Amino acid sequence: MNIGITLVIQGLAFFAVAWLVMTFGWPNIMSAIEERQKKIADGLAAADRGQKDLDDAKAQAAEIVKEARVKAAQVIDQANRRSNALVDEAKGTASAEADRVVAAARDTIAIDSARARGELRTEVAALAVQGASQLLGREVNAAAHADLLERLAAQIEQGAVAK
Amino acid sequence: MATEETGGGMTGYIKHHLHHMEVNGLHVDSIAVKVALALFFVVLFLRVARRATAGVPGKLQCFIEMLVEFVDQMVKETFHGRGRLVAPLALTIFCLVFMMNFMDMLPVDLLPGAYQALSAHPHEAYLRVVPTADLNTTLGMAFTVFLLIQYYGIKHKGLATFFGEFLTAPFHAEGVVGKIACAVPNLLLRLIEEAVRPVSLSLRLFGNMYGGELIFILIACMTLGASLSSGLTYVMMPVQFVADFIWTAFHVLVITLQAFIFMMLTIVYLSMAAEHH
Repeated sequence: MNIGITLVIQGLAFFAVAWLVMTFGWPNIMSAIEERQKKIADGLAAADRGQKDLDDAKAQAAEIVKEARVKAAQVIDQANRRSNALVDEAKGTASAEADRVVAAARDTIAIDSARARGELRTEVAALAVQGASQLLGREVNAAAHADLLERLAAQIEQGAVAK
Repeated sequence: MATEETGGGMTGYIKHHLHHMEVNGLHVDSIAVKVALALFFVVLFLRVARRATAGVPGKLQCFIEMLVEFVDQMVKETFHGRGRLVAPLALTIFCLVFMMNFMDMLPVDLLPGAYQALSAHPHEAYLRVVPTADLNTTLGMAFTVFLLIQYYGIKHKGLATFFGEFLTAPFHAEGVVGKIACAVPNLLLRLIEEAVRPVSLSLRLFGNMYGGELIFILIACMTLGASLSSGLTYVMMPVQFVADFIWTAFHVLVITLQAFIFMMLTIVYLSMAAEHH
């Protein structure tokens, strides 16, 4: 029985077809599989990258917000200081102004009181002369007794001041 | 072997090849090969499924994913009813039928010859390795699909509509008389339609695989009983090689196509069963 030859040739034909498939069919399947693998890998990598980018962006945003907060705090601080300075300055100006006004008023008062005193003294002298002339029944020469009158006026003035 | 006894050799050889290994009428060879292939399929897919990664898949996982996606795509395009069974069923049918058909690719004398060589009684050592070239296998699968078609029909339409359609489709009529007149042809058509499906489904696959196997056997007959001392043998050897090569290469397409057709028709039938007329 010679099934041997038949079987050998069948085997050869089988391997020939297997070779055919390996040469022309297999690479197509493999390339499709590899392409798919690559696509999946790329997709996953892209997703990772996207996640990383997102994280980076979030971190960056947080950083920016933090910076802005610091800056805002600085600005507020500066503004506070500036306003305090302004208030102080205004206070200084105002008190100086007040001092000036008070001083001016004092000067005015001093001048006025000096003038009033002068007038008063003259009037007191006149009154004293008038009173004396009435007491004496005759004219008193103011010029002759100017020295006396002057002393009297000074005494009145001192009394007024003491009072 | 059988060749010497039956005279002419060829007839005995062919008869021997077409004889099933039988135990009490059961075609043990078909069953064994089918079970072995099914086990291989299940183990392979389960392993890959268990090791499946959401990351970059390996080449085998990639291949199986592509297969699953291909079948799933087919089912999505064709089947619009409810039923989670359809896609896995289609995948199983495709893979299993393909693998069973693929047994036809192996040299036609390889496994039977090996079995004969190992057997104590080579003359009674029958073995057919292509389960789909056995009508029992294809009819069994087609009948399973037939039962599923009925199940899907009832599940989607309800008993009343399902059996009502036996009498009211495909011919519609107005009025009681018309409806009664249409009932008989409708019923006849429906019964024929239902009966034809499993028959055509199984016979198509069986015919293709049986014919393919037979041609392999006939090609093998070219150098059957040849002796290396004969000059004719050296002429027939390349002829057999070329014929075998061409037929095997062509058969690669046939087995794939037949597996695809079986799967596709199953999906289509189930889809039709799920649709209202």
